[in-house]
Amino acid sequence: MNSFLMQEVPLSWYLLLSAALFSLGVVGFLIKRNLITVFMSIELMLNGVNLSFVTFAHQWHAVKGQIFVFFVMLVAAAEAAVGLAIIIAIFRARATLAVDRIDLMKL
Amino acid sequence: MHLILFIVFAGFCLAGAINLLLQSHPINSALSLIVVMTSLAVLYLMLGAEFLAAAQVIVYAGAIMVLFTFVIMLLNAGREDRTLGSRAAGRVGFPAVVAVLAVIATMILHAHGLGVARLSDGITTTEELSAVLFTKLLLPFEVTSVLILIAILGAVALASRGNGDQERTGGR
Repeated sequence: MNSFLMQEVPLSWYLLLSAALFSLGVVGFLIKRNLITVFMSIELMLNGVNLSFVTFAHQWHAVKGQIFVFFVMLVAAAEAAVGLAIIIAIFRARATLAVDRIDLMKL
Repeated sequence: MHLILFIVFAGFCLAGAINLLLQSHPINSALSLIVVMTSLAVLYLMLGAEFLAAAQVIVYAGAIMVLFTFVIMLLNAGREDRTLGSRAAGRVGFPAVVAVLAVIATMILHAHGLGVARLSDGITTTEELSAVLFTKLLLPFEVTSVLILIAILGAVALASRGNGDQERTGGR
């Protein structure tokens, strides 16, 4: 039982997982063609960065890293509320969610 | 135990994230994102962040993802049509993503002084967290509450304005 508790995982593995999640989020942002899925990829990137913050808070025994994650969560909640409202407004105006067809600001 | 838990939930995380990319229906992507966020909550708990683990489940996996699934079902979002995407994404985006990931991975693997995580490390209690949050960081905390209020007002204004126009044109 004690050897179970003393088993250890290098913190670099957590950081690698965080980098992988962030990269998958960027790839999703680039390849997904649905507005809502693109928005979900952004949430995935935020989560990847949050894991980095928690890992470094564990490394330096600092509370402020965790508090930063708390603020990121609050801002992500506000962002999701406003972003989804914008998506609903766009859907009402143009009746589509495909990012290729929402191109009024394209040069 | 820690190693097994890490491998299992890191695997869930990566599998969910990859599944998010592969699914063509938004609701499947949203469900796999919930898997990612819930397994991240377990990883937070293993790193000793008990409050954040709870907040991750409540705020992210609960509130935000319910909002997402609600909007997907409200708008009746169907399968996305696969297009080639922009040319800039293929030529610049993917090499840039691979390069950034490679640079970060080599930096992490060559970093000195990174410690290890054990289950016996102990946790950061909510008491310690709130002691800092409500003394040193009280002003940012209050500012975020104003931000949330503005976000609620903005969401209501954005989502209801289109409806009003529709009613007006429908009335005439």
